[in-house]
Amino acid sequence: MSLFNIFSIAGSALTAQSARLNAVASNLANADSVVGADGQPYRAKQVVFKATAVEGGGIGVRVTQVVDSAAPMRMMYDPASPVANEQGYVTMPNVNVVDEMVNMISASRSYQNNAEVMNTAKSLMQKTLAIGQ
Amino acid sequence: MMHCSPYQNSRTSLATVLDRIDAHLQVKRTALNARAYRQELLASNIANADTPNYKARDIDFKGALEGALAGRMEGGLALARTSSRHLGSEFNEAFGATAKYRTEFQPNVDGNTVNMDVERAAFAENAVQMEAMLTFIRSDLGTMQTAMSSQ
Repeated sequence: MSLFNIFSIAGSALTAQSARLNAVASNLANADSVVGADGQPYRAKQVVFKATAVEGGGIGVRVTQVVDSAAPMRMMYDPASPVANEQGYVTMPNVNVVDEMVNMISASRSYQNNAEVMNTAKSLMQKTLAIGQ
Repeated sequence: MMHCSPYQNSRTSLATVLDRIDAHLQVKRTALNARAYRQELLASNIANADTPNYKARDIDFKGALEGALAGRMEGGLALARTSSRHLGSEFNEAFGATAKYRTEFQPNVDGNTVNMDVERAAFAENAVQMEAMLTFIRSDLGTMQTAMSSQ
């Protein structure tokens, strides 16, 4: 029954979108982290989506990798900081807060869309089961 | 003179009756299957709304239904799968063969052609059509039940 596949398809999208939301959350949380675990400033994380066939037919989505953003690091003049360079500049994370907010709204809307798809599939299946009753 | 046992007789007539019920529901059943397949395609489109280079697909419902009713379900139009990693499903290959890529309204920088308004509208429309088909089937079965029951 292909209606069952809708759960796998929409489910894969829910997983992918929540991974994206996770990335947004860590980017926003670390927007000012000048030192990360490796001693370097935090770099913004971006997820990569890839269309993948789900078992039984249909095309779902999967996060294939989480990449560091290639955007240039933000330089801030703060000679008082212990991590400032000789010119007095501190290398700040390359998190663009506006981009992240847009990403967050987009991920949350996509999540809602897919949850709605699941609900519709569920009610259609219930109606199918009620045939002949 | 040929002799038929009453048991055998009733079994043949039961098979005929079941065949007729089956034939009676065939159009609606096929239409429902096509609707279910379209629902799956639209769910794939919505799921991949943010996937770069994903191309939205939809079926030509009329063509798919006519093809399926004309007995083109087996082979014929279906694409051969030469690798297990090919996208597509065996169950729905007959309908899948009629799936086409959508023409885009506004080109996207990332190559994605999913237009969420179009997809959501089509998804809602398809869900209502499916419900209508289910209602028709249910009322058909009700009519038959009335015809069969003793008065």
